[in-house]
Amino acid sequence: MSIREDHNRFRDIIRGRIKRHFKEYVKHGEMIGKREDEYVKIPVPSIDLPRFKYGPKQRGGVGQGDGQEGEAVAGEPQDGTGEAGNQEGQHVLETEVSLEELAEILGEELELPRIQPKGTKLNVNKNKYSGLSPVGPDSLRHFKSSYKRALKRYIVSGAYDKNNPVIVPIRNDFRYRSFRTSAVPQANAVVIYMMDVSGSMGDEQKEIVRLESFWINTWLKKHYKGLETRFIIHDAAAREVDEDTFFKTSESGGTLISSAYRLCKDIIESEYPVNEWNIYPFHFSDGDNWSGEDTRLCMKILKDFMLPNSNMFGYGQVESKYGSGQFLKDLQREFPDDERLVISKIENRDKILDSIKDFLGKGK
Amino acid sequence: MANISLELERWRAKIEKMASGYGLDFFDTIFEIVTYDQMNQLAAYGGFPVRYPHWRFGMEYESLSKGYEYGLSKIYEMVINTDPSYAYLLEGNRLVDHKLVIAHVFGHVDFFKNNQWFTHTNRKMMDVMANHSTRIRRYIDRYGRETVEDFIDACLSIENLIDRYSPYIKKETQAELKAEEERQKKSAYLLPVDQEREYLDEYINPPDFIEQMQKKTAEQEAIQELKFPNQPERDVLLFLMHYAPLKAWQQDVLGIIREESYYYAPQGMTKIMNEGWASYWHSTMMTKDIMDDSEIIDYADVNSGTMAMSPTGFNPYKVGVELYRDIESRWNKGQFGKEWNECTDIATKKSWDTGAGLGKEKIFEVRRNYNDVTFIDEFLTEEFCIKNKFFVYKFNKRTGKYEIDTRDFPLIKKQLLFQLTNFGQPIIKVENANFKNRGELLLVHLWEGIDMQPDFMKATLVNVFKIWRRPVHIATVQDQKRIVVGFDGKEISELNIDEEEKLPEGQESKADKKS
Repeated sequence: MSIREDHNRFRDIIRGRIKRHFKEYVKHGEMIGKREDEYVKIPVPSIDLPRFKYGPKQRGGVGQGDGQEGEAVAGEPQDGTGEAGNQEGQHVLETEVSLEELAEILGEELELPRIQPKGTKLNVNKNKYSGLSPVGPDSLRHFKSSYKRALKRYIVSGAYDKNNPVIVPIRNDFRYRSFRTSAVPQANAVVIYMMDVSGSMGDEQKEIVRLESFWINTWLKKHYKGLETRFIIHDAAAREVDEDTFFKTSESGGTLISSAYRLCKDIIESEYPVNEWNIYPFHFSDGDNWSGEDTRLCMKILKDFMLPNSNMFGYGQVESKYGSGQFLKDLQREFPDDERLVISKIENRDKILDSIKDFLGKGK
Repeated sequence: MANISLELERWRAKIEKMASGYGLDFFDTIFEIVTYDQMNQLAAYGGFPVRYPHWRFGMEYESLSKGYEYGLSKIYEMVINTDPSYAYLLEGNRLVDHKLVIAHVFGHVDFFKNNQWFTHTNRKMMDVMANHSTRIRRYIDRYGRETVEDFIDACLSIENLIDRYSPYIKKETQAELKAEEERQKKSAYLLPVDQEREYLDEYINPPDFIEQMQKKTAEQEAIQELKFPNQPERDVLLFLMHYAPLKAWQQDVLGIIREESYYYAPQGMTKIMNEGWASYWHSTMMTKDIMDDSEIIDYADVNSGTMAMSPTGFNPYKVGVELYRDIESRWNKGQFGKEWNECTDIATKKSWDTGAGLGKEKIFEVRRNYNDVTFIDEFLTEEFCIKNKFFVYKFNKRTGKYEIDTRDFPLIKKQLLFQLTNFGQPIIKVENANFKNRGELLLVHLWEGIDMQPDFMKATLVNVFKIWRRPVHIATVQDQKRIVVGFDGKEISELNIDEEEKLPEGQESKADKKS
């Protein structure tokens, strides 16, 4: 059967590699779904070939169950009720994908390059089942080699009867799978998120940061098995918090960005030796800083410490009603073409994907 | 794919004998064991292992495999309407599942063989599909993948525009048709006159009046004959095959898609009946003969899964099987005919039992002669709807939700029949292939109270243009306005007919252009 051929063709259309005019029929649904433990819900993509059909909202249908007239019925009606057997392709089933698969989709969607880790790799101990041993638990008994040994013994001792090939193993014949511990080099990375939580950052802005950080984590996790995340919030002063607090805190008061940068520097210096770790600081803010003096201080930290020591430094500016957006301009002026600094402007939710592409599109 | 195991083979033979014993009459049926992946592939290909290459099979496959891999859906069985029939069993199913499926399959094959709506389907479709695949592959080699696929996409966009009833209409010869026409022409407008009162003929049928009327008809016919097609054509695909400026290969591709569309049509027309019939027999055989005690729970679990009905979903298995049972019990008790219909006393009706015992006979007759529309029309009763808690739901624009609209029996029936007629799709005919006297194509939508989805309609029109290669139009109703939507190769135009007619004659009107 040649389903692989057809399937690849379909995947290519979905990804927009061929037949770009089909894009308008592709139903992607929401790519960002609910975050539940390790899983995210996304719908299966499908393409609706146009055809003459009735508008969905005007149609009704026949259902079954209890309820009074005027009561709402649960669930959306399925499309294509009573239509010809296997001809239709309109199953919009929600399915769950693992983060691994999601990162794959994200990478394909945004055509993100693979990240080349830098620095020496830390050694991590790993167990691998590679050998056989004469002792071990029954659950690890290796049937094939146990049988072979028993068979050999039978043949050698002349007890083997090919008309009645019954083999009874004895204790000596049994072999068990055994593991060996070896040190495997592994690239480690730490992501340090910093966010401005001063009064001008509203819920919408924080939601955007939350979504961005989720996708950045998903992508980086694909490349670094040991990924750590740290969270710093700041207004006029900075402090380190856990993830939950990071997204929920709302403070009022002024903004001193340098406070966060300084704390970030401290964390890196004390816990993450720069030759062993891939370091990714990200800073999200609405672009307001208290004073030009503080901005100059920020630039200095960036120039002297952050940029030389991290893989990249991401600055995401979330548009808000109150923010002036000055900080972004200052950064652009100070580092006009520094590869290590990635600046992205996120106007609204729809721009999140573009912004992720900005951040991760360089493959650092 | 593999042959079934010895144990299964024993059960297959046993169940086959049982099914024959119950009076089922089926083609030879070849069972094969397939893995879930093969099953998904087969299902994506509509049951046939060889189909022409097209991405939509891949799409179907992806959604089926994801559904299976994440535990959301599972195909237990598939059976193909061919002679001999092929049925696929899913590897790794429990024995009780296999038994259920085998019994179910014999029900389907009996239906394929005996239901009159299947009499015209090609029973050698395996070969036909394989030939289609070879031909299309050859075109792809010659004209390029993109070209052929784009054309297939355009054709698939209108694959539902066929005349589902045309295979059943007995085609008369040209001479017979002509003679019949002449006869009708002669007798037109003549009223019958008793033989004893022949003297009244002149008064009943005044010659000058008759002459006048016949002349008028002839004039109308002359106008009609100028139109092309003379009669609106329901089989849009056939019409395009004959009259659109297609290259030979395009004509062939269109023909292939049309043929496959016709092959699948009866399955769509008898979904409720077919699934109901197979379910009726699997449950009868399983519970009466096949199962042992240890399998009851598993069977009940699977069976309830397939029979479940959600508030907004219409489950053909469930409705079908319940209707057959209802018919059987009614005909067993003699609850039919004039006396039954005229009886208005509920108590009498409830205890009505003449001991007629005609149930079995009746359901076999039903499975031979009916399709879903006639099945529902004739056998859906008010009692049945109440018992099964049926309702009609509608979309409420104000609340943005689907709500229960009514439990009124005539309305439920009306809604069901509407859904089933033409598979709940708009009926579209070719009205005029020389529209505006410029060789443009005019399609007409028989509006029955529901508008078409505008964006889909326009996109489809663009695809029809790819085939017709002259401007195409469709007359329909949208938001209570009669409109003609057209596509001339560059942009979509929309014309409001009602406003058009209000304008004094002779005045040029401007089309309300929208892109």
